[in-house]
Amino acid sequence: MLEISLAHYLSVAAILFTFGVFGIFINRKNVITILMSIELLLLSVNINLVAFSAYAGDLTGQIFSLFILTVAAAEAAIGLAILVIFFRNRGSIAVEDINVMKG
Amino acid sequence: MIESLFFYLFATVTCLSGLMVISSKNPVHSVLFLILAFFNAAGLFVMLGAEFLAMLLVVVYVGAVAVLFLFVVMMLDINFAELREGFQRYMPLGLGVGGLLLAELFLTVFAGTSAITSIPQSDGPHNTAAIGLVLYTDYVYLFQLAGMILLVAMIGAITLTLRKREGVRRQVITEQNSRTRAQSVEVVSVETGKGMGK
Repeated sequence: MLEISLAHYLSVAAILFTFGVFGIFINRKNVITILMSIELLLLSVNINLVAFSAYAGDLTGQIFSLFILTVAAAEAAIGLAILVIFFRNRGSIAVEDINVMKG
Repeated sequence: MIESLFFYLFATVTCLSGLMVISSKNPVHSVLFLILAFFNAAGLFVMLGAEFLAMLLVVVYVGAVAVLFLFVVMMLDINFAELREGFQRYMPLGLGVGGLLLAELFLTVFAGTSAITSIPQSDGPHNTAAIGLVLYTDYVYLFQLAGMILLVAMIGAITLTLRKREGVRRQVITEQNSRTRAQSVEVVSVETGKGMGK
């Protein structure tokens, strides 16, 4: 219990990942909170990668964590840009209103 | 001893602020809790010996992404109470899926029990230098690709949000350069006392 093992870090990441998925489920209408939940998911994945990398003594996990950070930053920027123009055109960001292309 | 104390501190605050991100009523509070979660995750990274990623998390995430979120939340004039309808309706499904996922993850973590307790200490270069040594050699193509992704994201975000407004006179350089003398200058001979009246 007092000795911190790999399983401890994996547990933290598991809890955080669950919160991220849970957040997507309970905030079905709010795109901003859904985007923040996705950030939580990516953060938990990063914790997993870095923990495995540290305990295995291999830097590859940290390199991939770096690339995940890059892609997550790009995703956040594009997602928020889409959100801003959607709000400008429709005056709302509720997920139900995003159905223009629905046949 | 002190190490495990810090681990539990960082882990608890990370998980609790993660919970607050998804459950707080005001999205501004959500973003602030997201920042807190990132800070504590950076603390966990430092404990794992990944100092470079910890600093990157603080600089890139807290400094850029979270501030971007805050900016958008404050810029959009939205009735957030309206968006929270259906919170109760989706709760059972979310709890079911979340509980199942958590149980599965914990089963995986403790079944394949990773009983490694000590982080192997390398006597090589420190973390940042070690990452640099592999990032610019073995992963150089991926590194370039990451740069391309960021460039595409930047251009994409700019072109998405750029709009042409009515009633704003803009400088169009191609039009200026393609003007000929005939289009812009006219030579007239004005008779004395008549003026230019049409």
